[in-house]
Amino acid sequence: MQMSRETLRTAYRQMRTIRAFEDAVNRAFSSGEIPGFVHLYSGQEACAVGVCMHLDDHDYIGSTHRGHGHCIAKGCDIDGMMMEIFGKAGGLCGGKGGSMHIADIERGMLGANAIVGGSPPLAVGAALTAKTLGTDRVAVAFTGDGGSNQGTMFEAMNMAVVLKLPVIFVVENNGYAEGTGVDYAIGSRDIASRAAGFGMPAEHIDGLDFFAVYAAMAEALARARGGSGPSFIESRCVRHHGHYCGDPQGYRSKEELQAARANGDPLLHFRARVGASALLEATELDTIDAEVEQQIAAAVVRAREAADPSPSALLTDVYLSY
Amino acid sequence: MSKKTFRQAINEALHAEMQRDPRVVVIGEDVAGGAGGTGVDDAYGGVMGVTRGLVGAFGRERVIDTPITESAIMGMAAGAAVTGLRPVAELMFVDFIGVCFDQIYNQAAKFRYMFGGKAKTPLVIRAMFGAGFSAGAQHSQCLYSFFTHVPGLKVVIPSTPYDAKGLLIEAIRDDDPVIFLEHTKLYDIEGQVPDEAYTVPFGEASVLREGGDVTIVALARMVHVALEAADRLAASGIHATVIDPRTTSPIDEDTILESVTETGRLVVVDEANPRCSLASEIAAFAADKAFFALKAPIRRVTAPHTPVPFAPVLEAAYIPNAGQVEAAVRQLLDINADRKR
Ligand SMILES: Cc1ncc(C[n+]2csc(CCOP(=O)(O)OP(=O)(O)O)c2C)c(N)n1
Ligand SMILES: [Mg+2]
Repeated sequence: MQMSRETLRTAYRQMRTIRAFEDAVNRAFSSGEIPGFVHLYSGQEACAVGVCMHLDDHDYIGSTHRGHGHCIAKGCDIDGMMMEIFGKAGGLCGGKGGSMHIADIERGMLGANAIVGGSPPLAVGAALTAKTLGTDRVAVAFTGDGGSNQGTMFEAMNMAVVLKLPVIFVVENNGYAEGTGVDYAIGSRDIASRAAGFGMPAEHIDGLDFFAVYAAMAEALARARGGSGPSFIESRCVRHHGHYCGDPQGYRSKEELQAARANGDPLLHFRARVGASALLEATELDTIDAEVEQQIAAAVVRAREAADPSPSALLTDVYLSY
Repeated sequence: MSKKTFRQAINEALHAEMQRDPRVVVIGEDVAGGAGGTGVDDAYGGVMGVTRGLVGAFGRERVIDTPITESAIMGMAAGAAVTGLRPVAELMFVDFIGVCFDQIYNQAAKFRYMFGGKAKTPLVIRAMFGAGFSAGAQHSQCLYSFFTHVPGLKVVIPSTPYDAKGLLIEAIRDDDPVIFLEHTKLYDIEGQVPDEAYTVPFGEASVLREGGDVTIVALARMVHVALEAADRLAASGIHATVIDPRTTSPIDEDTILESVTETGRLVVVDEANPRCSLASEIAAFAADKAFFALKAPIRRVTAPHTPVPFAPVLEAAYIPNAGQVEAAVRQLLDINADRKR
């Protein structure tokens, strides 16, 4: 697939932004500045970016508890996200949502989701809106390997096929759901072929390879926009961190974790690929790294210094008659 | 008898009952952890470490890690219960009830009655609940009124390590489905807990403190908030009785009504949303059955009618605190003072 230098630069910048964002969140969480708990997306950057690069603000995505990468790839404001995670009034949800509920409806980001399997039916609903109103918008439902076992997922897939809706199911198989491995929890050991049984095109791809994700999404998108209904992509990737920040990860051997970080880094894969084919210079990429690092550091400072919500915000945004 | 945490108390109850009865099995997500991974077994022992050690003692045949599929977990547990096992199924956060409630309230809860008394469903569903961790709107709720509303379910909400162990053993030995709710903020509190097995009966409230001026009824973490308020009130000569119902289905009306008859004043403290809540229910039966003993209106101190917010300042404003309980009590006493004037 032909891609312009500009597109490649954007892809890399987005992936780097996600990585730097998560590294910064990890540090701030460890130092006690971030309340609650957070799930980091590092290692999965190529999935969010390879998918969302094809979308614009009118298209929709539904996300998961591990949603920071999806938000960034969908164009959510970095400062607004960081403030939300810090629980500040200037956050994308006014500090009421937090890491697991970041949403930006204007950008088509229908929310991270703390209920595993919560998003796929909602994305199907967004696709129904697009089809009924005759727009050419599409919806993407991001789920994890663990979430792919939920009844909501199966019901949503069947509904999308029955109604021929413009929705793309993207399952990011990072090998684990909390402390349980996919080989144990997925009876057939093959999420994509299970999805194919519902009657839609389904494939697995190397989710560490931005180009593979980008190409698979291009096809799925053409089907969705062209009125041919849903598609399914199982994107195989790795999780660089624990299930949550602070997870001791006893379920994973040291060797596996080291290998995951060393060989399972989509940014390194990207750099090697564009370097080998002389598409972008390493120095260009280094410049992007430095710019992103600064942007994220500034976002942390702003979030740290931002005002808390006013306690009166507790009683707004909900029907209250007493 | 020795000092143990709430978490240890629950773990001991599970251990003891699994030891005693081979039909008791534990089912849930990461109740052991590590299945299909490259690390060690029992890597989680439950996300809060409550079931740690069980898989080592009883094996994976009886400590069953499942995929993320709560509808099948609860339905499987109900089906196993009605056919001879005594499952303890873990829902993790009570907020996840939404994805599996049918198997519980339409199925398990109704078997015995619907089948003319011919079925037994000895099922325990454990779940943690409650705010205080900035865990956000979908991981912080108190949904016990949902369960209490359903005939056929028993609902247990311990507030101390001693009660947690005794009530869980009682729950496992009970032949009806029991919802056993653990407040997330209580796992690390300590108390004296006997080493051996014992039971605490359902439907018997515990009176944690006695005083003649006001009755304060509270559940789970709010019991500790009520006790703190009672301490503060005592410093200015106001004496409160603090009652923990411990189970909301069945609920011990008698103990509450007797106390209200003596004090003439009732404050109910509930971390849940107010409408159709336990606070409303307790206020309703007190108004109904102790009306003529009341010297002042009944007050409910609850969370507001909003989802649980994430930001710590908002969450702190959401959760009822001792100051609010104290103020409610003082207000009731002032009302009487005004009327005498
Ligand atoms: C309905 C529901 N069940 C369980 C959980 C607890 N939980 C949160 S994340 C998670 C694992 C999800 O695994 P996966 O879908 O593979 O996503 P990953 O964490 O790997 O991104 C679990 C069990 C939940 N939040 N919601
Ligand atoms: Mg996973």
